[in-house]
Amino acid sequence: MMNRWHVLKRLMPLLAGMVLLLSACGRADLSTLKPQGPVAEEQFGLMKLTILIMVIVVVIVFAIAVYVIIRFRRRPGDKSIPVQVEGNHKLEIIWTVIPIILLVILGVPTIQSVFGLAKDYTKDPDAIQVKVTAHQYWWEFEYPNLGVKTAQELLIPDDAVISIEAKTADVLHSFWVPSLAGKIDTNPAGNANTMFFEAPKKGVYLGKCAELCGPSHSLMDFKVKVVDRASFERWITAQKAPVALPQDQELADLLTNQCLSCHAIGDKGAQAYPNLTGIGSRESVGGILVNTEDKKYDNEGTTEENLIKWIKDPQAVKPGNLMPTVELSDQQIEAIAKYLAGLKLDY
Amino acid sequence: MAHAHAVKRYTGLLDWLTTVDHKKIGILYLFAGFFFFIIGGLEAVLIRIQLWEPMNDFVSAETFNQLLTMHGTTMIFLAAMPMIFALMNAVIPLQIGARDVAFPFVNALGFWTFFFGAVLLNVSWFAGGAPDAGWTSYVPLASPVYSSTHGVDYYVIGLQIAGLGTLIGGINFLVTIINMRAPGMSFMRMPMFTWAAFITSALILFAFPALTVGLVALMFDRLFEANFFDVSQGGNAVLWEHIFWIFGHPEVYILILPAFGIISEVISTFSRKRLFGYSSMVFATVLIGFLGFMVWAHHMFTTGLGPIANALFSIATMLIAVPTGIKIFNWLFTMWGGSIKFTTANLFAVGFVPTFVMGGVTGVMLAAAPADFQYHDSYFVVAHFHYVIVGGLVLGLFSGLFYWWPKMFGRVLNETLGKLFFWLFYIGFHLTFFIQHFLGLMGMPRRVWRYLDGMGFNEMNLISSVGAMLMGLGTIVFIINMIVTGLKPRNASNDPWEDGRTLEWTIPSPPPEYNFAQTPLVRGYDAFWKEKMEGKNAMTPAEPLGPIHMPSPSILPFLMSLGLFIAGFGFMYHNYYIGIGGLVITFGCMFFRSVIDDHGFHIEPEELQDKGVKA
Repeated sequence: MMNRWHVLKRLMPLLAGMVLLLSACGRADLSTLKPQGPVAEEQFGLMKLTILIMVIVVVIVFAIAVYVIIRFRRRPGDKSIPVQVEGNHKLEIIWTVIPIILLVILGVPTIQSVFGLAKDYTKDPDAIQVKVTAHQYWWEFEYPNLGVKTAQELLIPDDAVISIEAKTADVLHSFWVPSLAGKIDTNPAGNANTMFFEAPKKGVYLGKCAELCGPSHSLMDFKVKVVDRASFERWITAQKAPVALPQDQELADLLTNQCLSCHAIGDKGAQAYPNLTGIGSRESVGGILVNTEDKKYDNEGTTEENLIKWIKDPQAVKPGNLMPTVELSDQQIEAIAKYLAGLKLDY
Repeated sequence: MAHAHAVKRYTGLLDWLTTVDHKKIGILYLFAGFFFFIIGGLEAVLIRIQLWEPMNDFVSAETFNQLLTMHGTTMIFLAAMPMIFALMNAVIPLQIGARDVAFPFVNALGFWTFFFGAVLLNVSWFAGGAPDAGWTSYVPLASPVYSSTHGVDYYVIGLQIAGLGTLIGGINFLVTIINMRAPGMSFMRMPMFTWAAFITSALILFAFPALTVGLVALMFDRLFEANFFDVSQGGNAVLWEHIFWIFGHPEVYILILPAFGIISEVISTFSRKRLFGYSSMVFATVLIGFLGFMVWAHHMFTTGLGPIANALFSIATMLIAVPTGIKIFNWLFTMWGGSIKFTTANLFAVGFVPTFVMGGVTGVMLAAAPADFQYHDSYFVVAHFHYVIVGGLVLGLFSGLFYWWPKMFGRVLNETLGKLFFWLFYIGFHLTFFIQHFLGLMGMPRRVWRYLDGMGFNEMNLISSVGAMLMGLGTIVFIINMIVTGLKPRNASNDPWEDGRTLEWTIPSPPPEYNFAQTPLVRGYDAFWKEKMEGKNAMTPAEPLGPIHMPSPSILPFLMSLGLFIAGFGFMYHNYYIGIGGLVITFGCMFFRSVIDDHGFHIEPEELQDKGVKA
């Protein structure tokens, strides 16, 4: 018996290492292992509980397996016949009852959490109501009580419950912000889903589409930007304010004819496709081209560079998306990109 | 002689096209299944090459979605299922002391429908693009509105034809196991692999019709403008998910139960020990099969079924851990106190146990619905199901192939190459998939064509791709092994492992076409072992020597399936003349089969000789 405890003792550092490894894994704005809000925290808690129980099970099975494989291997020339054991009721009851006990330990918090996370905030006046509509391959965020619609970037305050109603305009997608909350599928209307989460820490979090939705499924990223209450209020006001078209009449016409037939900027344009109000303040273009002054990777660039890249050939950035390649000269594209990049919101 | 009928005997290719012998059909299943295993494996390798570095351009986004769809579909329906049927065909009649399956003609029909369905599905690669909506083929992505190529048409029609074969096979084995057991072989004396095949066949009987209904509905949506799943016309997209998983979850157990059976046989044989807790193993198998139908919605926790459904399906899913745990400990305690010989077959079986435990525990983790909101559709799930399907089923299949290869072909596979294959495959497997658990937890969704740089995914994806190459290398070693072994003389003895416990080891390797010259009398569990322990080296016959009734070979199963293949094409391209023409062939063959009396033929006692099937 001493011997076996010894083995277990030796395994303890390994276990501790596993836990460390788990908590050190991934980016804080993307990893489920570094939860940044209470919902992801609760889910991570359940994950840790299950991992702990399962590691114990795995260690026991591995220990028995290793022992058996070494101890009972056949020596060359061994012709002996082992005792033919039919079974052992005591042992069999033990390995039936212990798993049942483990499952009860796991099942109770699971059930509690299932019902806890299903709480309905859609009628809560203090919660921020957001209607998420997924499209191939972009995200539409509508704040029905605030009269604002935006795309690709969900801006939320850090002091409220965010109540999500998710549906799709075309195929199935799934709304996932790993560091804030688990995912919910976006079904066609009629099967709309609700969920909620909170984001008490200011910052930008990465969101993903988690259901195969076509060629650009892997590129259907979005951002969740968490700001304080005052910024949020200012942002709402700024979103609703009218936006001036460019001074240059030629450019203004171009924009009205080519861009605003599908997109909206402020009070102008159509709402069917991503709203461009304040696109200059966003973290990315098309959800996937990250705006940064300090370019490190292929998909990064300044807002203006990204806009040019996107407008020139949207299919090269996101295959299968519905944005057409518009017949524009390089100069025209640069002018449009410059104007759009300048559309910043003060919040 | 009263029994003598003139019977047409074929040779060469025609022999294989017309055979109704379960041993030959098993070989056909094996090579067809292995062929598609290679195809599916190549698709996997291409996927892993695409993902070996961030923002890779190796294949286009459209091609990638076709690859991932065809990889899943091929591996489940065209590789795993036929290879399971290969072993069931090769072994079950021998294990129960029967001369063939209950319906040899139908057995051939099952193979050929599977084969033509599989070919049809893969023709899509050359006909404008393979299906690209995932092996789950969720609507609306798979609906005509969002999938305008013929890809998904090939999926719905190919799988209907192939599924027909599976259903036919399942029914055949149910009847065979219920009706054709040798005298004395009661249910509780059946070998564990036979039990597993029995329960699997029952699952097939209940699960595949659900798939067929779903596929027919989707086919009507796609080809004939029906609206089962079209939301704008009053259909429902979530309905498809339910139908698919009501089939899809039992399918997982259809795949894994035979592996459980194989492992039970191999571990027991090479430990020289009776299977520990046989009756609880049987009970656990039945319970897993039953619970397998109660848990489909755990694939749909994020679909939004509400907390009550999620809670119920969470608990139901966790319950499956109990019978599975019973099995794991029974295997460990079969080895305990035994005399374990590490042949390649047993390496795969022993390697299976811890690997499958790892797949099982992540299954329990996934069962906790709120945590699943994080795991769902991430690489964590990819890791989980590869641990149970590759680490479970595929290791089990390879174990079974090495174990029963001498019985199927009369030659023992090369052990050195076999062990090299095991280690390459096993290490490659863990390298590929263990790391993927962490990728998923770190926020990498599954079915992604590309991932961005700087996300922390790079190294792990590279390791995973290297692992996949090792698995590929291992498979090549296995192919070499098959060829090398095939060139050796056919000299395997009746009981090449010397520790055989069940009836298949009492007859020559490979067995003569009638299997048993005299039906054996079974006097207990591990029938052959029992005789051996009493100092005998053969079974006591249960009948005198006499003429053996055999079924005639027939080309009709081949033609019937060919007809369905042609009809599938016709309807897909709305050419109804060809479509109806194909159906005429199929129904014409059915008509001839019904009206022409075929009494088979008899092998007289003086003709009996222990010669095996050609391989």
